[in-house]
Amino acid sequence: MPIDDTPAKITPAKISVDSIGKSFGTEQGTLHVLDNISLQVGDGEIVAIVGPSGCGKSTLMNIVAGFDRPDRGSVKVDGVEQLKPSSRGILISQAGSVFPWLTVQQNLMFGLNGRALDEKKQLADHYAEMVGLKGFEARYPHELSGGMLKRAELARALVVKPEILYMDEPFSALDALLHLRMRNELLRILEQERHTVVLITHDVEEAIHVANRVIVLSTRPTSIKATFDVPFAHPRKLSSAPVQELRAAILRELGVESYST
Amino acid sequence: MIAARKVLPSIAVIAFIILVWWAVVAATHSVVFPTPWQVVTGTVELARDGTLFEHIGASLFRVGVGFGLAVLIAVPLGLWMGWVKGAYVTLNPLFQILRPISPIAWIPIAILWFGVGNVSPIFLIFISSVFPMVVQTTVGVHTIEKRYLRAAANFGVSRATLFRQVVIPAVLPQVIIGMRIGLGVAWLVVVAAEMIALRSGLGYLIIDSRNAGNRYDLVIAGMIIIGLIGLLLDGLMRLLEGLKVVRWRYAH
Repeated sequence: MPIDDTPAKITPAKISVDSIGKSFGTEQGTLHVLDNISLQVGDGEIVAIVGPSGCGKSTLMNIVAGFDRPDRGSVKVDGVEQLKPSSRGILISQAGSVFPWLTVQQNLMFGLNGRALDEKKQLADHYAEMVGLKGFEARYPHELSGGMLKRAELARALVVKPEILYMDEPFSALDALLHLRMRNELLRILEQERHTVVLITHDVEEAIHVANRVIVLSTRPTSIKATFDVPFAHPRKLSSAPVQELRAAILRELGVESYST
Repeated sequence: MIAARKVLPSIAVIAFIILVWWAVVAATHSVVFPTPWQVVTGTVELARDGTLFEHIGASLFRVGVGFGLAVLIAVPLGLWMGWVKGAYVTLNPLFQILRPISPIAWIPIAILWFGVGNVSPIFLIFISSVFPMVVQTTVGVHTIEKRYLRAAANFGVSRATLFRQVVIPAVLPQVIIGMRIGLGVAWLVVVAAEMIALRSGLGYLIIDSRNAGNRYDLVIAGMIIIGLIGLLLDGLMRLLEGLKVVRWRYAH
């Protein structure tokens, strides 16, 4: 029997980003946003991407999630080139996209194509309960608080059982306390449901709290500056010395000296 | 109590104007211009012999048919123009040229094409209300926030679901705004059209009352009734804004 040594088997990456570049034409000339970025995300891995603001994190996310195409290079999911978005990977962005004209339940049922109505409702209610929205299924988004809206967005993504969650500053619009609470909720849910997660954030603490690996980006034209493994078991104590050391190291890569040790 | 306090100032202004009107007519001993009381008795007279309701009915019928047809044409057309770029590029310039032409300017052509029956005013109402509704619906499609379309693309829903659950509900508030504008214009135009062409309707009532013996009490009665019905029609359209499916637009 021949040994199967195709690259896909040797590197079983869920997401494989291979030397992508992206520029935009502006009135001032060409703006080089992404410069030769390569990274891999393993199946079930949680990878956080941090970088200074304006460095093209969202552009990178748009390309990785399939909403935009790179000028050079390629993005592959399970070895297949990502040409357009699909429900196998759901994007959750800072602005949020819960449909304001649908109730919570209708929002959750939105992506469930080709199923019986009863089954859709059951699934929607199950995930509404998982994110703590039980009893709010008939509400419209404008009747919900900011935190609850985020929960609805998360539930709408989870209900289609995506293999990948693309999270672009998902909780940045929330106040600090809610932010922390949502991170804990996310970790709790990720324990129950296995997803590969790509999390973009400017918040180093959030990255260390959630991710297995933190990738640090440079300023524009953006490339990868450093990668850090986060070897701590959950639940993570963010105030512990090793965590703080890692935080300082990441911040240093971002050009910020941290004196809080 | 709070509601009463809100409407009180506007009622006071109207009462003040009626008083001034009354005082001026009394002071000048005008024989042509009526007092408010003469307007009231004139209205009662019209109501008694039933002609008032015939006129109101005729005007409302014409607006109903013309405006209804305009909605049926404008909303699908606006959705199409909003969604398909080619349709927008092709048709928008034509509509931008036709839109600023006053419906009154269409009256000679309406008479030429349709004579002086019911069809002429219906045509004029259609012409006057169809353009604002097309434009408003198109704008509605163009202003759907990208994040919602992206979410729909992300979940990979069918075209039917995309339209039924995203595009149509997102555009509906703009469609209702268009309908409010359209109905407002339609009501303006029906009266103008009836002044020229017909034997019934509130516009006809006003012109006929003047021509047949300077009955200015009936002229003013007609004007006030037109105003009140216009207010009522706008109120009906406002009720649409309270519908559950569009309330999200007005929240916050």
